[in-house]
Amino acid sequence: MSFLADNFTLLRDAFLTTLALAVVSGICALVLGTLLTAMRVSPVKPLRGAAVFYVEVFRNTPLTVVFFFLAFGIVEIDLQFPTRFITAVAALSLYTAAFVSEALRSGINSVPPGQAEAARALGLDFRQTLTSVVLPQAFRTVVPPLGNVWIALAKNTSIAAGFAVTELAAALVRLTNQNADQLLVVFLAIVAAYLVITLPSAWLIGVIERRTAILR
Amino acid sequence: MRITRYAAAAAAAGLLLAGCASEAGNQAEDAAENTAEVETDVEFDAGTTMAELNEAGAITVGTKFDQPGFGLLNPQTREPEGFDVEIAKIIAAKLGIDADDITWTETVSANREPFIQNGQVDIVVATYTINDTRKQVVDFAGPYYEAGQDIMVAKGNPEGIEGPDDLAGKTVCSVEGSTPAQNIREKYPEAQLTTYDVYSKCADDLKNGNVQAVTTDNVILTGLIAGSPDDFELVGSPFTEEPYGIGLMKGDDDFRSFINDVLEESFEDGSWADAWDRTAGSVSGQEAPEPPSVDRY
Repeated sequence: MSFLADNFTLLRDAFLTTLALAVVSGICALVLGTLLTAMRVSPVKPLRGAAVFYVEVFRNTPLTVVFFFLAFGIVEIDLQFPTRFITAVAALSLYTAAFVSEALRSGINSVPPGQAEAARALGLDFRQTLTSVVLPQAFRTVVPPLGNVWIALAKNTSIAAGFAVTELAAALVRLTNQNADQLLVVFLAIVAAYLVITLPSAWLIGVIERRTAILR
Repeated sequence: MRITRYAAAAAAAGLLLAGCASEAGNQAEDAAENTAEVETDVEFDAGTTMAELNEAGAITVGTKFDQPGFGLLNPQTREPEGFDVEIAKIIAAKLGIDADDITWTETVSANREPFIQNGQVDIVVATYTINDTRKQVVDFAGPYYEAGQDIMVAKGNPEGIEGPDDLAGKTVCSVEGSTPAQNIREKYPEAQLTTYDVYSKCADDLKNGNVQAVTTDNVILTGLIAGSPDDFELVGSPFTEEPYGIGLMKGDDDFRSFINDVLEESFEDGSWADAWDRTAGSVSGQEAPEPPSVDRY
């Protein structure tokens, strides 16, 4: 136990970094993903095409490749993120947004077409139809898949360890290399730290799911 | 050091992709011209490892296949090349074994001790740092080379970094969990340390200006520099000591003394320096250092 106390600062900072990566990227991905979904159901063809292109590119590219491109690839065109943390947030957000968008699209498809038709009949324009009629219903049905995306994101933050962000996986590597006699303790501490993020999330998702359930 | 070596492997792979195959090709030609002269008329006391190996006319040597300058597999000849390889050839020659009769086995950091203990290799010459933990399970002849943690900077050394003390306030890159990274954390806390999982990323970051220095064993840095000699240079003032020894079966004191004799002879007759110039020296552009003194513990 004294071993954990000795490395408390490292573990705490690593935990907070992982949490910050997940939360900031999660918010960005939700915003971007919603925007992408709106583009996909919009009446403007080029917008639909752009959104489909984006989703297919990021959904089918390994996250490590996205990281590598943002960390070392864009330098070739004289672009760079100010810090490695922001690079990681950008990679995680861009990648996760594709999955958020797909989840939301399935939600929108589950809203009966009559809802949108009725909204249009009442004189609402496309934006109003989407934001006040379709999306609120879509979000309710996609709470479970979005929860999945969130938990996957929380774990995907570990890729940042390979890109100069000292989060939990980086702390795991550092501590196990220096304390070969404490492998189990280090491992359990890191797993526990991830569970602290994901288990309450799973519980919260369950609560939201029940609160927002549509009675059909 | 385990992580360091893996990272070196990855770095080496990157270097291969970057196209240093021509370098390896040149090395191969040089090596072919200059192999140590094989002793034809040698006698060893019966029952010793030397007698057994001489009798068999063959030896199995464990070396790295991914360390430019020390032990790097030449994809064309399927044989490793480098300083470690040349040292092994010198020892084999003194045993009366032709270089063609050496069986090369790839050893990585994690399997060197078991390979020696199980007799899968007769000796290991594989950037193998002598330390007390390892001495518990294997014995070491040598050292035949003294490596150390060094610093790599951008060509021309724009930041004027001459040693680890100059790293204060500078960004320096290494690999997470490696001994060199820990060294910087503990002894030079004023340096801003960035850690990746492999050294090739550090090299990329140095190239694009995100970090001002990269630090690890000079041997690994040399390999990185060989890949892009126009971008990087070595500071060349090692600040830790990593004596490389030749690993052999624990308790085989006769064999250990024999290898130590061979090494000392090679230090004196110039074959050691010659081997350096043809391998690691040609990769790094550095002249052969003073040979270390053999530690007959």
